Amino acid sequence: MTTLPHDQLEPANSAAPTDGGGTYHDRYQPAHHFKSREHEFDAVKMGVWLLLSTEILLFAGLFVFYAIMRMKHPEAFVHGSSLLDWRWGLINTVVLLLSSFTAAASVRDAQLGRQGWLKVNLFLTFLFGGAFLAIKFIFEYLPKISEGKLPGIWYSYPNWVDANEPLWWGLYWGATTVHASHVIIGMGLYLWLLRRAYKRHFGPRHYNGVEGVALYWHIVDIVWIFLFPMLYLIH
Amino acid sequence: MSSLPGTNPEQASGADAGAHDQGHDEPYLAPKATWLATVVDWATTIDHKKIGVMYLFAILFMFFLGGVAALGVRVELWEPTRTVVDAAGNTRLEGLALSAMLPDDKPSLSDANDLYNRIFTLHGLIMVFLVIVPSIPASLGNFLLPLMVGAKDVAFPKLNLASWYIYLFGSMFALAAAIGGGVETGWTFYTPYSTSTDEGHWTVVAMIAGAFILGFSSILTGLNFIVTVHKLRAPGMGWFDMPLFVWGIYGTSLIQVLATPVIGITLLLLIFERLFHIGIFDPRLGGDPVLFQHFFWFYSHPVVYVMILPGMAVMSELIAVFTRKKIFGYRAVAFSSLAIAGISFIVWGHHMFTSQGELSATIFSALTFLVALPSAIKVFNWIMTLYKGSIDLKTPMLYALGFLFLFSIGGLTGIYLGALSVDLHLHDTYFVVAHFHYVMMGSTIVAFVGAIHMWWPKMFGKMYNELWGKVGFWLVFLGFNLTFFPQFIMGSHGMPRRYASYVDEFQIYHQLSTIGSFVLLAGFLVHLFNFIHSLVAGPKAPPNPWGGLSMEWTDAGSPPITHNFHHEPVAKHGPYDFDDVYPPQTKPGEFPMPEPAKPGEHPKW
Ligand code: HEM
Ligand SMILES: [Cu+2]
Repeated sequence: MTTLPHDQLEPANSAAPTDGGGTYHDRYQPAHHFKSREHEFDAVKMGVWLLLSTEILLFAGLFVFYAIMRMKHPEAFVHGSSLLDWRWGLINTVVLLLSSFTAAASVRDAQLGRQGWLKVNLFLTFLFGGAFLAIKFIFEYLPKISEGKLPGIWYSYPNWVDANEPLWWGLYWGATTVHASHVIIGMGLYLWLLRRAYKRHFGPRHYNGVEGVALYWHIVDIVWIFLFPMLYLIH
Repeated sequence: MSSLPGTNPEQASGADAGAHDQGHDEPYLAPKATWLATVVDWATTIDHKKIGVMYLFAILFMFFLGGVAALGVRVELWEPTRTVVDAAGNTRLEGLALSAMLPDDKPSLSDANDLYNRIFTLHGLIMVFLVIVPSIPASLGNFLLPLMVGAKDVAFPKLNLASWYIYLFGSMFALAAAIGGGVETGWTFYTPYSTSTDEGHWTVVAMIAGAFILGFSSILTGLNFIVTVHKLRAPGMGWFDMPLFVWGIYGTSLIQVLATPVIGITLLLLIFERLFHIGIFDPRLGGDPVLFQHFFWFYSHPVVYVMILPGMAVMSELIAVFTRKKIFGYRAVAFSSLAIAGISFIVWGHHMFTSQGELSATIFSALTFLVALPSAIKVFNWIMTLYKGSIDLKTPMLYALGFLFLFSIGGLTGIYLGALSVDLHLHDTYFVVAHFHYVMMGSTIVAFVGAIHMWWPKMFGKMYNELWGKVGFWLVFLGFNLTFFPQFIMGSHGMPRRYASYVDEFQIYHQLSTIGSFVLLAGFLVHLFNFIHSLVAGPKAPPNPWGGLSMEWTDAGSPPITHNFHHEPVAKHGPYDFDDVYPPQTKPGEFPMPEPAKPGEHPKW
């Protein structure tokens, strides 16, 4: 008979303090249906990856919509895209890359048990997310709203060259707001991690949460890496 | 091996582990001290069995609602409507049953058609999104999957509870939309119906949002099952030692996880389109309505396999256990589940043969024939399993045979529809309606009802009455064929779907169909009362009433304890090794039974 993944796992390190002493992550017990922390960790990781694959598919659907509409109305898309300021897009790309760096660093901190740095990096990731949204909102959304570069019924920008430009703006707003909503969810998750970090929930023996959220954050980041050239750069 | 029973040192030695295990060796159905505590316990449970049972009842309730709508449709179609024009030249109607439900006593033709549209849409939406997609996976899958692989629970029990509440939340949206006036988009939400009907009303948006939310429930359940199958199999259970039910649910889960996100973004854009007219599906604004159809079916075709694969999953268990024979071609059946899951992603175009180019239609037609192969592989393997088996015609087995018969008709007519030139004639006729009812209702629902009978003793610890079960089966089987077979005939004669009135020539078929639908109703009522009777007064069920060999029979009680097993189960034989484990003539008393708990011992594995 075949051996199973969890047959091969080392049983949990039983040298850990079990007398009720130590911090939360030292005493951490896997849920009752797992055999060891490693077993649980494995399962959680697989679950997170599956969840991320659904995110990728969701945005893939969006990209296909974009590609089809762009093929139908190249002029509208080229002109619409030229009305975006690529510099803000670039700054936001840098902000998100930095946030991905701090997200990765927070995982490392949890693995090494550097509680102080863990909190710093979690907080920084949260802040970068906020900065991304603030830049997007103040320097991109607000001016566009006042100029009437809006989707569908709200469109009132007079200087269009192709009659289908409202469609372009529809996709621009659709894609960026769906992405921004993911950033907001991610920020919420970072707040939650921060709270748990203050309670010293994470450490070398238990960092599932930090790792899972960081993976999610990277995906949100990568989606932006695709959105940025797609919306701002290809003329 | 160090990870066998009792080797989770943390578990045993943790400060609260002992207290935690207390009381978990009672049957999971055991009520709490007070009535309120029991309710709270169920509402907050992370036990996969309780969640499965709650899903079961919710789905049966939704099935009832959808069924009422279906009967409304059938009653309406009893007569071809005749148009009457009054002295003032206004159109008045006679003979339109549904018009009696309108506030105005003399509604115009369009008002009454509107109501008809709302009713069949409601029927379709409820049956698809609230009944058949979650049906077998969410109820029986939740209950059985961990038991069958020998685990204590699904991989993420809290997530499981979350998806149950998401299901409820999404259903609220759908039901609110129905109560708020309903929608007339058809269950497919085709544009421009979904963007232009009921202008300014919230019901369409609520309905689409409901479908969107239900998608999350389906994704999370699928994800949970995939991880459970990968990570929580009992020691000794390799991939090919799993019951085929698990394989089927695994394939289903893959589709749920991979296809649902695409409909998610599509429905989201549809909501944007309806609210803000972003134009993506509107030709006046440069968009394309057929694009919606492509995206919709890119999800919804795979999803028809989400509907049928669990039915097939159930079939393999029913057939093997009630013929007491090793399933023929285990690996072929297992891999065909994956093949179906894979091919289902590349055939969506067959729903749009009439609205796409010739070349792509030809390609989609060819790909569609491909999907028939793995389905046929399964059917042939089941038939081979029957050959020389000791067939025991209990209610579940009758349902299994019913499935074989009805699925063959449903599947073969699918081939007709996949043939281009034939489909040009049959598209959007009752032939299509009959086809998808043979596969959705005649196959999946039939398998579901059979499965409920088979695992009823396991779930509730009570036997049902065999005689009334069989009566119910025959009513359902005959009623079903009477309802839907005439629809093939009138469809091939050109009766279009989704019309409240029709030419007189079709009346006889419609009347047969309506009579059939009431026979069906009678059949389901018989089952319902049989189940209620069993709960109230049924004899106590033994742990293994049918002589099954998968772990829920051989290692768990009826009903199982909260932790499922007293001892960590170890796969010692395959789920279908009937010949090796005990000979086919074995008497029920000699079936393999779970080892009882030792007195005073709490399950600790
Ligand atoms: C209880 C017995 C049932 C009866 C009598 C029944 C009857 C009908 C009728 C008369 C229609 C309308 C055809 C038309 O004019 O377009 C219909 C449509 C439909 N039914 Fe059923 N049905 C039953 C069960 C089911 C089940 C179990 C399912 C799926 C789980 C289902 C799924 C559908 C779907 C998807 C449509 C298409 C709705 C649309 O095109 O808008 N039905 N059914
Ligand atoms: Cu299809």
